[in-house]
Amino acid sequence: MAFGRSSRNRRPVEPVTLKILVAGGFGVGKTTLVGAVSEIRPLRTEEMLSEAGRPVDDLDGVEAKTTTTVAMDFGRITLREDLVLYLFGTPGQDRFWFLWDELAQGALGAVVLADTRRLEDCFAAVDYFERREIPFAVAVNCFEGADRFPTETVQAALDLDPQVPVLMCDARDRSSVRDVLVAVVEHAVARVDRLREPVTT
Amino acid sequence: MDGMSADTSRTPGTPGDPQSSRWYDADAGPVVRPYAMTRGRTSSASRHRLDLIAIVMPEPAADDPGRDQMLSPEHVEIIELCSEMPQSIAELAAGLDLPVGVVRVLVGDLVEDELVHVTRPVPPAELPDVNILREVINGLRAL
Repeated sequence: MAFGRSSRNRRPVEPVTLKILVAGGFGVGKTTLVGAVSEIRPLRTEEMLSEAGRPVDDLDGVEAKTTTTVAMDFGRITLREDLVLYLFGTPGQDRFWFLWDELAQGALGAVVLADTRRLEDCFAAVDYFERREIPFAVAVNCFEGADRFPTETVQAALDLDPQVPVLMCDARDRSSVRDVLVAVVEHAVARVDRLREPVTT
Repeated sequence: MDGMSADTSRTPGTPGDPQSSRWYDADAGPVVRPYAMTRGRTSSASRHRLDLIAIVMPEPAADDPGRDQMLSPEHVEIIELCSEMPQSIAELAAGLDLPVGVVRVLVGDLVEDELVHVTRPVPPAELPDVNILREVINGLRAL
C-alpha cells in the first residue's frame, strides 16, 4: 500500500451530498419531475424487500421471504463540484414505508406532488412528512384537462400548516420544477431559523 | 463465519441494530439470487449502514494493479466506476444493475480492504447547516 501513494496525486474533491424526496401517488409525475431537472436520465435502483429485515408489520400478504423488488427512480444535480443534490422518487405504494424511512433519513426536504383530480393520493405522503417533521412543499402538477384551483383551496383541502408552501407546477418543465425545489429548501431554511430562535415572543 | 451462526432467534423489533437483520437461516427460505455475489451476506462488517447518497471514493491502493486477483468482478467494477468518477451507492447500484443491498455489502468489503472510503452524508437528527442550504438555493437558482 505504501507505494500506492506515489502513483498519482489526483485527489478528487469529496462532495457534500444532499437529498430531496419526491413523493405522491402513483402516476402523478414523480419521475417526470426528477427527469426535468436531473443532469442524468433518471436512474432506477432497486431494493429487495427481503433485505429489510425490519419491523414491517403491515405488509399484509407479503411475507418477509418474498423477493419483491421495489424500484426507486432518482436523479442528480451537481450544483457545484463539491455540492451535489440527489432527488429520489419514493415508491408509490404505502406498504413500502420502511423504504421511505431509509430515504427520509438525512433528507433536507421533500416535494409532495399532487393531482387535484385525486388529491387523496397524496394524503399519506403529507402525513408522513408532517409526522417526521421533514420540511416539504406541495406541488400541484397541472395536468392538462384538470381543473385549476387556487393554492388556498389546496392548502385547505390538505389541511396544511400555513407555512407549508403550495405551488402550481408543470413537472415536465425545468424552471417550474426548479422553483418547487427552491421553495422546499427555503422552507427548510425558515424552519431551521425558527428552531434556532428561542421562542421569546 | 462472521456472525452467521447463533442468531436464529431473530428479534425483528430492534430497528437500528444491523445484527437484527440477519435472518438468513432455515426460516429465511432460499437465498435471494443476487446475494450469491455477496456469499449470502446481507450486511457488511463496516459499522455503519451506507447511505444511498454516501459517495464512494477510491483510495490510493485502488490503483494497485495486483488488487484484482483477490476481488470478484463486481468488486473490480465498483472500483473502476468510482475511479472514473466518485459516485453514490445509489448510482453504483443503478450502474451495476444490482440491488442496493448487494452494493452495500460489496462496498463494505472494499472499505474493509482500504481500497475505497465512503463519505458520510449530513447526519440525520441534526439540523442541516443553513449556509449549505443557502448555497443549494443559489445553485438551484442558477440552473
